Amino acid sequence: MDVSFAITGKGYVILAADTTAAHSILKVKLDEDKIKELSPHLAMAYSGEPGDTVQFAEYVERNIRLYQIRNLYPLRPASAASWIRRSLADSLRSRKPYSVNLLLGGYDTNTHTPHLYWMDYLGTLTEVPFGAHGYGSYFALSLLDRYHDPEAPLEEGLAVLRRCIDEVAKRLIVAQPKYKVKVIDKDGVREIEF
Amino acid sequence: MSIMDYNGGSVIAMVGKDCVAIASDLRLGVQSLSIASDFQKIFPVTDRIFVGLPGLATDVTTLHEQFRYRVNMYTIKEEREIEPEAFTALVSSTLYEKRFGPYFIEPVIAGMQKLPNGGYAPFIAGTDVIGCINFAKDLIVAGTASEKLFGVAEGLWEPDLEADDLFETISQSLLNAVDRDAYSGWGAIVHVITKDKVVTRTLKGRMD
Repeated sequence: MDVSFAITGKGYVILAADTTAAHSILKVKLDEDKIKELSPHLAMAYSGEPGDTVQFAEYVERNIRLYQIRNLYPLRPASAASWIRRSLADSLRSRKPYSVNLLLGGYDTNTHTPHLYWMDYLGTLTEVPFGAHGYGSYFALSLLDRYHDPEAPLEEGLAVLRRCIDEVAKRLIVAQPKYKVKVIDKDGVREIEF
Repeated sequence: MSIMDYNGGSVIAMVGKDCVAIASDLRLGVQSLSIASDFQKIFPVTDRIFVGLPGLATDVTTLHEQFRYRVNMYTIKEEREIEPEAFTALVSSTLYEKRFGPYFIEPVIAGMQKLPNGGYAPFIAGTDVIGCINFAKDLIVAGTASEKLFGVAEGLWEPDLEADDLFETISQSLLNAVDRDAYSGWGAIVHVITKDKVVTRTLKGRMD
């Protein structure tokens, strides 16, 4: 029942994910952070099989960190996306594949451009202007087709995100009470109260 | 629903007079939900060879990377560029390596083959998921709209089309076939390869 959205705009990427940790029909936690900050200008929203998600996200986090320690510069968003995709694709044909879907948002400090990658547990990778995972995608993608503007300033981007969250709250049977929202831009990753 | 149809997408290749064309749609979906409308399925191998990889999207990327690596190794070892026929054999053996757990891709290869007399001849080929090669003289289709592509393309294609006519034929075949397929569409890309140049055009398609 995880819901996550991501939107790019003028010089930024917004990642949003609900904060519920569910066990069967029970909500066991209401402030779970499902967006991992991977490096100063890279973050990823993860969803999928509980257990796999955190395990895989930490595996990615530490490998991205290791690259930065070894090379003294961080992986750029496109390269990080390729590496993560390869991890998932290799895992898919292993004995126990990771069942994790991702939205990877990054700001390339060399070209000064925001990037957003949509990735699923199969290792399908594509760069998108906006993306979503989970039941939220059925509502958010059609809304974003209409309202997304790649040149919109942050305030407008957040307003469009608000529309998505409100629509899911209104139409999905299981309403997500709270979302964590993180913005990645030239200043790095920061959380926004929403 | 087969895993071959999970992400959708189609590719077609045609032979013309001293030219070949290869075209694909640009959709990436998860069953009937569209995710992206700019997903490339055709990749350059050399200046005169293109390979189309319709099927499961994760394997599109994996195989593209695999082929890039193997073609680079071939180029270094042989100190020359790979020819279409050799590349087709490379594709075939790469797929057959995974005979009992295949990549879910049906590759389409299009290129201009160098002849002993110094000229070039058009070349197209396709394979199934385990690398069985089909050397066609006219056209190759693959992907979720392959049945429709067969129908339209066999009706429109004729031998010895010039580059411009071949472009028109392959474009109309693809656009009209994908309009009848819910899993393909959302724009298209066409490459027309002649002995000295490649012309790439992006087509707009129906967005419904």
